[in-house]
Amino acid sequence: MMNKPRHIAVIGGGIAGMETASRLAQAGYKITLIEKERITGGHLTQWSHLFPDSSDPAIVVSRLSSALSHQNIKVITSTEITDISKNGQYFNLKSGSEMSLNADAIVVTSGFHLFDASRKEEYGYGLFDNVLTSADLELMMKNEKPIRTASGKKPRRIAIIHCVGSRDAKAGNTYCSKVCCITGIKQAIELNKRLPECEIFCFYMDLRLYGSSFDGLYLTAQQKHKVQFIRGRLSEAAEKPDKSLQIKAEDTLSGRPLRMDVDMIILLVGMEPGISHNNFSRNGSVQLDENGFLKCKDVHAARNLTTQTGIFMAGTCICPMSVSETLENARSAALEVINYFERKM
Amino acid sequence: MNGKYFIIPFLAGMAYLFLILIVRGIRWISGLSKIDKLRLFQSLKSGRTLKSLKEAFVEGLLHRKIFLKNPVLGYMHMSLAFGWFLLIVMGHVEAMVAEGSLSVPFYMPIFFRYFKTTEDFPLARFFSFMMDLLLLFVLSGVGLAMLKRFKKSLFGMKRTTRLKLFDRIALTSLWLIFPLRLLAESIAAAISHNGSFLTSGIGKILSSSQHIELLNTPAWLAYSLVLGFFFIALPNSRYMHIPAEILFIFLRNSGIRLKKQNTTYTDVQVFSCSRCGICLDNCQLSTAGIRDTQSVYLLKNIRNKDLDDEHLFNCLLCGKCQIDCPVGIETIDLRITQRIESTRQYNSSYEYLEINSSPSAKVVYFAGCMTHLTPGIITAMQKIFETAGENYWFFDQEKAPCCGRPLMLAGQYEAASKLIENNSRQILASGAQTLVVSCPICYKVFKEDYHLFNMEVLMHFEYIRRLIDREILQVARSPQRLLYHDPCELGRGMGMYKEPREVLAMTGTLVSIRNEKEKAYCCGGSLGNLKIKQEERDMIRNQAVNDYLEHSPDMLVTSCPMCKKTFARNTRIPVLDISEIITRNMLSPGIPGLTESKECILEEEYI
Repeated sequence: MMNKPRHIAVIGGGIAGMETASRLAQAGYKITLIEKERITGGHLTQWSHLFPDSSDPAIVVSRLSSALSHQNIKVITSTEITDISKNGQYFNLKSGSEMSLNADAIVVTSGFHLFDASRKEEYGYGLFDNVLTSADLELMMKNEKPIRTASGKKPRRIAIIHCVGSRDAKAGNTYCSKVCCITGIKQAIELNKRLPECEIFCFYMDLRLYGSSFDGLYLTAQQKHKVQFIRGRLSEAAEKPDKSLQIKAEDTLSGRPLRMDVDMIILLVGMEPGISHNNFSRNGSVQLDENGFLKCKDVHAARNLTTQTGIFMAGTCICPMSVSETLENARSAALEVINYFERKM
Repeated sequence: MNGKYFIIPFLAGMAYLFLILIVRGIRWISGLSKIDKLRLFQSLKSGRTLKSLKEAFVEGLLHRKIFLKNPVLGYMHMSLAFGWFLLIVMGHVEAMVAEGSLSVPFYMPIFFRYFKTTEDFPLARFFSFMMDLLLLFVLSGVGLAMLKRFKKSLFGMKRTTRLKLFDRIALTSLWLIFPLRLLAESIAAAISHNGSFLTSGIGKILSSSQHIELLNTPAWLAYSLVLGFFFIALPNSRYMHIPAEILFIFLRNSGIRLKKQNTTYTDVQVFSCSRCGICLDNCQLSTAGIRDTQSVYLLKNIRNKDLDDEHLFNCLLCGKCQIDCPVGIETIDLRITQRIESTRQYNSSYEYLEINSSPSAKVVYFAGCMTHLTPGIITAMQKIFETAGENYWFFDQEKAPCCGRPLMLAGQYEAASKLIENNSRQILASGAQTLVVSCPICYKVFKEDYHLFNMEVLMHFEYIRRLIDREILQVARSPQRLLYHDPCELGRGMGMYKEPREVLAMTGTLVSIRNEKEKAYCCGGSLGNLKIKQEERDMIRNQAVNDYLEHSPDMLVTSCPMCKKTFARNTRIPVLDISEIITRNMLSPGIPGLTESKECILEEEYI
């Protein structure tokens, strides 16, 4: 094989970065994995259940974590890459003035960040006590807290709102975040398991259930868990003196305006391009697509290649993806990196 | 005086023009509503005629407003209009002196040098000097006009209007009139050895040619022809604005306004547009690449009867063009009136509106649809009411009727009237003295179209101001730099610039910028535009945000939930409503309200 092992920097220690790093390490490359948070694992460390099988995300994370303890992998946490430049054969990565390292190739796995629900002020996130995001609910369930309203009461009616910050030109995002529909169904089922007396309503525009088992879950939610689905986007929410919420929407199947009082609202927040993308695209070496995600060199043939030779990418920095898709994508990125160096030799 | 026939084109053009003007004048005045005719009649009797005459002189001839906007452009318009006017007046005086009579044929001064070849009358040299000077004055304007067609940036204009056939004929004729007059007078001067510095100078050059006399009549004929062409083209060209504007000034000064339906007052305004294109420059739609719906084009479309919905409804109704219009055309009301006329048959009957009983209260709070989409403002208003211990009724807390203004903007006047009637009845039934609104869109319709008798309508900051003045509310000053964004409906729409700023100045430092008050940007969120795309709205908003960011304020503050919502979508600058700034800076309230933190209430109970 190679005389001198090549050095690859993987930016982002979420599941995409972890999987890419471990696959490349197994293939004999030297890896430095850089994570801006204190620990690796990314968003998954905050999730409670994975669709479609309701499994524990900790299983996925711990499997990936143990694969990281490979002799070829060095993990640097609490470090954010602020600048990338090309220096002859090498790429130079900097984190402020504290850290600088050279690499033969880079894999960007910087992921997504969640849509800030307070940007849709009409839903009252951050203003009303009983408006939560899907991420808040996930964390609540992960910490095994009972599902209660802010005043500690058992909610009798919960509304789950789809497409918050996705497919919404006014919010600045016209694309679909893909995983929220099924997340909503998963969360509705989990809520029903914990609160069998509580009525659960999902307000959707249309349900995009692309996975082979997703439609089955949708049926289960309706038949077994009595989740009610209303086609219509929420127009606004208002807090009543008792802190319950009045929501207004249009039921577009019956063609009538609808007003409903609920105890809690769950906003299914979509995925937005990670903030750190700006760091990579600033000097123009890596281009962004029309939605602000990293642009592929070829959407069919080179999904893991950025517009800069030698910089690869994997996971949700490309577009919204589920956990399983992210992991597949990470493996495909690893393969692309290996091919790149083998062609170079 | 053989060959006098060359004046026939001029006479024919003049006759045609006067015929058309008389017919149109009669039609326009007779087409006014009865009450408007009475207004006009009354004003003619009163001193307002003098005011109108003065305005016609200052605006129609001197073009004061254009001067204020751009001196070069103002000079161009003034030299053409006022210069030509002086040429006519001075020419008549000269002819009268020369003939020793007060009645000279009206065409005589126009072709004076042809008819009068000798300088045997008093002040002849003075007159010929003055006439040359005035001709030079007009020619300088023509020169600038030609330059403007080809290089408009010199005139501070980014764009100018497109021309149609009659405009081209009129424009070409107008450009040719004065150079041809110069040529004809110079030839006459060459033959008779007279004329002043300009014509005699050119005459001397021309006299070197052999048969100069043969050119005399053709030159005067050419001059007469272009005059004739200009007069014939005028009624069908944009130059119709010259006579129309004078009538418009008289009608406007007599108090006539557009009243939600087309009358001949619409036509007078439409014909008063000179298509100067000044309204194009500040129109923010151009920022978004929309370049064919601006007021000048609307007026042209109405005049040509080819207005379609795509153009009619693609306007922010921000009112900038109305501020800029040197003629003072009511561009916004004109457009809304066209919308009313075009959608008459689609008005909803609103038969399902129900009248609910109203609780009695001192103050009615109407949040409106837009405030309901920005619950932060509602929360702030509730806190303010609670803190003040106000006996208030939140009219649209649960069931939210629309104020009617969005319908008005869409031209749905009858449907809006139904909502207005329904809302009025419920608001009045509360017996309240004051109506507080937190949205300028609502405010405008409540002020202009509701009949609430003795009830006062206040914007929320006026109400807040009152509470502060009475020391019911106390606010702290913070070192924050606040940039106030004027909402269109409140600023240009209602003329409220000072009041919100005074309230804001109590809580922070106001940042003043060039594009504020009358010149303020539209946020792009306007409910008045039914055709614009979201990306286009974003471009308009970003134009404002980019300017605001240059002044590095800590916070953008507005008093319109629509503006707030629009700006909040651009995350580069934090934006708050004026009511939210107040609640953030409120000092320990006397009465703890419902929205106070639980700890505070608990503490009180404990004590």
